[in-house]
Amino acid sequence: MELNQLTIKEAQEGLREKRFSSVELTKACLCQIEKFNSKINAFITVCEKKALQQAMKADWKMENGKWKMEKLPLLGIPLAIKDNFCTKGIKTTAASKVLEDYVPVYNATVVQRLIDAGAIIIGKTNLDAWAHGSSGENSDFGPTKNPWNLKFVPGGSSSGSAAAVSAQMCLGATGTDTGGSVRLPASFCNLVGLKPTYGRVSRYGVVAMASSLDAIGHLTKDVTDSAIILNITSGKDINDATTSKRDVPEHLENLKKGIKGLKIGLPKEYFVEGMDKRIVERLKEVFKTLERLGAEILEISLPHTNDALAVYYIVQPSEVSSNLARYDGIRYGFPRNKFGDEARRRIMLGTFTLSTGYYEAYYLQAMKVRTLIKKDFEKAFAKVDVIIAPVSPTLPFRLGEKIDDPLEMYLSDILTVTANLAGIPGLAVPAGFIDSSTGSLPVGIQILGQQFSEELLFQVGYTYEQETKWYQQRPKL
Amino acid sequence: MKRNVKLKTKNSKLSEDKVRHVAKLAKLELGANEIEKFQKQLSEILDYIEMLKEVETKDVEITSQVTGLENVFREDKVEKSLSQEEALSGAKNKHQGRFKIKAIFK
Repeated sequence: MELNQLTIKEAQEGLREKRFSSVELTKACLCQIEKFNSKINAFITVCEKKALQQAMKADWKMENGKWKMEKLPLLGIPLAIKDNFCTKGIKTTAASKVLEDYVPVYNATVVQRLIDAGAIIIGKTNLDAWAHGSSGENSDFGPTKNPWNLKFVPGGSSSGSAAAVSAQMCLGATGTDTGGSVRLPASFCNLVGLKPTYGRVSRYGVVAMASSLDAIGHLTKDVTDSAIILNITSGKDINDATTSKRDVPEHLENLKKGIKGLKIGLPKEYFVEGMDKRIVERLKEVFKTLERLGAEILEISLPHTNDALAVYYIVQPSEVSSNLARYDGIRYGFPRNKFGDEARRRIMLGTFTLSTGYYEAYYLQAMKVRTLIKKDFEKAFAKVDVIIAPVSPTLPFRLGEKIDDPLEMYLSDILTVTANLAGIPGLAVPAGFIDSSTGSLPVGIQILGQQFSEELLFQVGYTYEQETKWYQQRPKL
Repeated sequence: MKRNVKLKTKNSKLSEDKVRHVAKLAKLELGANEIEKFQKQLSEILDYIEMLKEVETKDVEITSQVTGLENVFREDKVEKSLSQEEALSGAKNKHQGRFKIKAIFK
């Protein structure tokens, strides 16, 4: 196995046992990027020099015994950062021409925490510009391709992060999930993708999209790695007033507890009209497996599911129109005429729904229905411990298939926006592959839980993952 | 997945004037040929969103944030911030250590 194919945990062990160096590990990742990034377009910026410097520093620290695993758990591990996270001294574009030459003078809190834990930043990954999108096709720097089949989308908006991890270019990558943008690409690329509870991870230094919905997550090859990263990114941040004071638990502790006696909810409304029948069949198999492993499956109802997408496409653009007002080209970046179509669409939609005469009919009504959606989940979690649902009503689709029909593209989010509206966490895990005439494409499931129940999500995800081992498969590049 | 929502073919939700007005509020310049394109796309989206009007929300409180947190303050102490140089580092138009902008008054 090549070094870049390791998981974070395997790399930690290998580095500690001195089986290889961080420079060797980082070089393996850089080599993979050089070989395949022109085909896949996962990275906007590759930090080759800086990454190797950091790797040498890491090796020196390990040589001289100047480190403790607990203090520097990610020492020498190359990770990628989605390009809407501010990285000090490293160009940060949010994949938009408006910020084409923007170099932040500070690190996002999450970036700083990863660096303080010893991680190496190998590059900045591509995304739908401003995180507006579900496919990766809205980037001003070219679309990202799905490593499993280059004619298909990797999902978005964390398209580059998903492609980079899946193509073995790095050991993990950060992402943001405002309406599914970590879970959908994870599901399209056979990865584990975490959307944490709103307020679990600081949003400071991440280009704001919809401030009441944005969640700062990450994509990894397996569940253990996801828990390792959450341990580092979570916790109160004085720079983000919406972060919780709640203690950060040891997210790895309950991983191997199994799911005997656990009650898992099957939400009937999530099997939407028009959903690919093969995904419905796959979900049935997933539930059979979970029952075999000792869980109890209960059908539940989340009655306002059908309204969630409409609520999302009022609340989100409204908040977007406000957050993107700061890009005036005066203090940094280029003027507003550099905004792409999707950004302009969302800004205008939000401006309209917040404007005089329309605010009550749209935004106020949406905020009320949001309460109903949140209450649906509270009622459900009184009956079940977690909820398991599909992530997308379709398999990964072809590049170009939905790009001319914005509403069609928005429908990709139909099953993921509810978690953002309710502020609850969701963990996407691989659920196998579905064969078609064009080849095999990945499909994923999402595990939803109450606020701050990430440990339980990892527990369920780990149990399913170890039983099925889908994560061990790699795309042929 | 083709959308199965039966869109009521109403009159276009947004007139061209409305699109121009919204673009002006949002400080976006739209080309002449773009107004029609956005009018069509935005109207379709707004048609979809109409469904929310059917939802019963009498006596329902609004949710503007999901944390339940209130009054998160810090000590009113001056703390380290960006230097003037750092703050100006991204500006394309500067003058004597300040941001240069278009004249507001003639």
